[in-house]
Amino acid sequence: MPLLEARDVHGGYGGMNILNGVNMTIEADEIGVIVGPNGAGKSTMLKAVFGLLTVSQGEILLRGEPIHNLPPNKLVQKGMGFIPQEKNVFPSLTVKENLEMGAFLKPGNVKRMLKNIYDVFPPLYDKRHQPAGELSGGQRQMVAMGRALMAEPEILLLDEPTAGLSPLYMNEIFERVKEINAAGVGILMVEQNAKQALAIADKGFVLAAGQNRFTDTGAALLADPEVAKSFLGG
Amino acid sequence: MNELVFFINNVVIAGSVTGSIYAIGAVGVTLVFSIMRFAHFAHADMMTFGAFMVLLLTLAFPGVGGVVGLPTPVVMLPLAIVLTALLAVGIDKAFYKPLRAHGVKPIVLVIGSLGVTLMLQGLIRLFAGTGAQNLYLAGERKEIYRIALPIEGVRAPIVITEPQIILFVLTVTAVVGLHLFLNRSRLGKAMRAMSDNPDLARASGINTNTIVAVTWVIAGGLAAIAGTLLSLDVTFKPDLSFFLLLPIFAAAIVGGVGHPYGAIAGGFVVGFAETLAVFNWSVLLRPFRDSLPEWLAQAGNLAFVGTEYKIVVPFFILVAILVWRPTGIFKGKVI
Amino acid sequence: MSTQQEHASRRDDTVAAPSRFPLREVVLFGAVLAAVLGVYAVMGVAYSTRMLVEAACYAILALGLTIQWGYAGQFNAGVMGFVALGGFCAMFFSVPVNDAFWGTELPGELGRVLLYLAAAAMLVFGATRLDRVGVPKKLRTLIAIVLAVVLYLVVISMLREVTDEIESRAGFIGGLGLPAWTGWIVGGALAGGVGYFIGHICLGLRSDYLAIATLGIAEIIKAFLKNSDWLTRGTATVSPLPWPTPGPSTLGFTLSRALYLSVTAVMIAAIFFLLHRAYHAPWGRMIRAIRDNEVAASAMGKDINRRRLEIFVLGCILMGIGGGALTSFNSLFDPQGYLPLNHTFLVLVMVILGGPGNNLGTIFGAVAVYIIWIMSEPLALALMNLAVWVGEGAFGWEPPGNLDSRALQARVFVIGLLITLVLRFAPQGLLPEKVKHHG
Repeated sequence: MPLLEARDVHGGYGGMNILNGVNMTIEADEIGVIVGPNGAGKSTMLKAVFGLLTVSQGEILLRGEPIHNLPPNKLVQKGMGFIPQEKNVFPSLTVKENLEMGAFLKPGNVKRMLKNIYDVFPPLYDKRHQPAGELSGGQRQMVAMGRALMAEPEILLLDEPTAGLSPLYMNEIFERVKEINAAGVGILMVEQNAKQALAIADKGFVLAAGQNRFTDTGAALLADPEVAKSFLGG
Repeated sequence: MNELVFFINNVVIAGSVTGSIYAIGAVGVTLVFSIMRFAHFAHADMMTFGAFMVLLLTLAFPGVGGVVGLPTPVVMLPLAIVLTALLAVGIDKAFYKPLRAHGVKPIVLVIGSLGVTLMLQGLIRLFAGTGAQNLYLAGERKEIYRIALPIEGVRAPIVITEPQIILFVLTVTAVVGLHLFLNRSRLGKAMRAMSDNPDLARASGINTNTIVAVTWVIAGGLAAIAGTLLSLDVTFKPDLSFFLLLPIFAAAIVGGVGHPYGAIAGGFVVGFAETLAVFNWSVLLRPFRDSLPEWLAQAGNLAFVGTEYKIVVPFFILVAILVWRPTGIFKGKVI
Repeated sequence: MSTQQEHASRRDDTVAAPSRFPLREVVLFGAVLAAVLGVYAVMGVAYSTRMLVEAACYAILALGLTIQWGYAGQFNAGVMGFVALGGFCAMFFSVPVNDAFWGTELPGELGRVLLYLAAAAMLVFGATRLDRVGVPKKLRTLIAIVLAVVLYLVVISMLREVTDEIESRAGFIGGLGLPAWTGWIVGGALAGGVGYFIGHICLGLRSDYLAIATLGIAEIIKAFLKNSDWLTRGTATVSPLPWPTPGPSTLGFTLSRALYLSVTAVMIAAIFFLLHRAYHAPWGRMIRAIRDNEVAASAMGKDINRRRLEIFVLGCILMGIGGGALTSFNSLFDPQGYLPLNHTFLVLVMVILGGPGNNLGTIFGAVAVYIIWIMSEPLALALMNLAVWVGEGAFGWEPPGNLDSRALQARVFVIGLLITLVLRFAPQGLLPEKVKHHG
């Protein structure tokens, strides 16, 4: 049974449909990457999975169980983590408090998971008593990932984790995503840096106008000349 | 030196009393603002409601205080806090939540809270009448402590009343308690998280309905404390609400909206400003009478504003802060 | 993309054109007319005409609020203050000249102090500009503050002396003996000036702040009028106030009130017509564009804050004029008679029930709500008496003495309940604004 499955998902904001039938399947240990031009509905799809917008047609299944239109806190309980693109930390809370909030539903996790997160992201340990709002963009992204991991999710949704970061940090973030995935967490992420993202992807979904245009393994998509021509800038 | 004691009695103590009441009220307003993003105009009437509950309970069980050794109204305060907190949660469920569910603009919630404040006012005055009533019933009296200073030539003592001492103790307790709650407890941290970034709080699995309810419990409880302390210090007046709203909002804005510690500081700023503004400064000039120019020595009343214009002071502060620094001295989150 | 938008907006305009029969309007106004006739039948002509005049004055206030709230989304929680300003000006301009004041040296004294006040203000203003001549900014601020405090104390103590003298020797300074309508106009201007001050400060901030500030200024205006005995006789009240039309003594109650009613009706018609023109003019379209989508409007280079300030000041002017008309009609200036309930929240209910942003709906709301309001007073008292009668009969319950004031509190509750219910179940009002907008 796939970890996450979306079948013919339609949805949008205020009666205007942005998604017009998206399909995707991710197995338990895979990295799925959604790419596509601006306005293709990439982030919208991610929000639909996380219950932040109404799915009007089609279904989304987590381990075979329908989850579309459940509120986010229920999804967190069911093992899903979400990292929004911007505003992804609590700026006035300290780094440690930010992480604690990630385990709000599993207070028993806090001690053990804090240690794990500090091991994965050593810079966070040094800054644990500093308000997250004072950190640099890359460090904030680490806090955001750490926060989402605190609840020990089975699948992590990332909305453009590298947007606005310097190339150095970008590589670092991709490395971390791979590490997290290697530890057994499924990943679904939306990326602008399509080439690098597809390079680490098991599955790639190229969306256009709210529908799948191409769906294949990351490597196959990278090799496909048509994908390269229309979506990867030659 | 007698003049100095006069100053302490009329400014330092009186200002701290007013400041404490405004501070506790403003914390509630600022918490509601930071979680639900609207100015809650019914807060002053929630204070009145809390004090009214104390009055009713005191009337119902007049002798309890004597057993414990505290004034009966103070013994009844915890119960009134619970009742007011329940009222606050109920009001939210009945009136604000449906509006929020419709996704209305914050200003519509403000108007809704004005409707709620009128309903509370109407109900309270329907039952309590409009006259002032003393929370100290017959048989109990306000203890007044006169502390003589051991200094040569000082005849006037420092005067402080029992309710004022209780007020200071309760204010410190409330502030410390709030600090511990916000920084140590899981719910308190979640509250701060939601005030920072409500969407992310939801995405972290924080149940926002719980946080909203907790916020109302705290705001209602603090309102009950502030209202009761105000009524203990003077008398229970059911028609204060619009006169309390302005200083409380001014305090919250001075401190930076959404900033509980700022609200406390703002409360004292407004409280002391009010007291200093109505204080008759000519009293302090009296010892130097001989060395002053005649027109100044002759001046009988050197107060900035008469007590009847007290409400101008918080308004002036509000205007000044909105002009110079709308985010408040501690930089609030939302303008 | 752009042609699509054009197309959409054109389609909207055709929707706005009233092609259908205005059934809702006819039914609602018919109901109001029936209620008015009912009141005439039961309460008599003189009483009912008085009610209509007051309703008409309230309609002017409501029009002021509806353009602030309905057109521009600005919430004014201090209508009472602007009404009181209008009322004060109506009183001050129309009341006969007080010779006990003008015949003495007191006017000169007062003028001298006011001159000092102006001089002091200019001095302080000059001090705030000291940095232009090379004084460090911090020092300038210090100088300005110290100067302001000292001069304020000096001037205020001089003013106190003069005003005390006026109160003890002449009572109050009296009026100017001019026609009442001059007072209404100046009242409107004064209210607009205060509105400009408040609006200017709260411009660009969240609308919550405007609500707080207006609530505060209303209480301050009331406190000032109540305590400035030398200017307004304070709690002693001033009456009678002359009408701009022949009073009841020459024409009798009914006819004189009818004449007053026609004056207010003409005023409403004029305001209605002007607002209607403005609403459909480019200015009105811009205002609505700003309300509906602030970001888009500012991106199109509209000066949002300026337009907003214009709307707010315009609304305040209408409130001042309406307040003047209302106070003149009551023939009594009593600062304590201005209550948030009667002069702020009642107007608010009229607007949100009638339909914010719809002038016709607002006028409907004003008349309908005022009839209910006036009729609820005897009704509430009757209900209270019934409750007391039941209470006494069944439980031997001692009724509280102040039934009247408690009946008033029941009305406070009902107004509050009405506000919350309308917001929840009919947020657009009974006669919603007609033009369709998109999100």
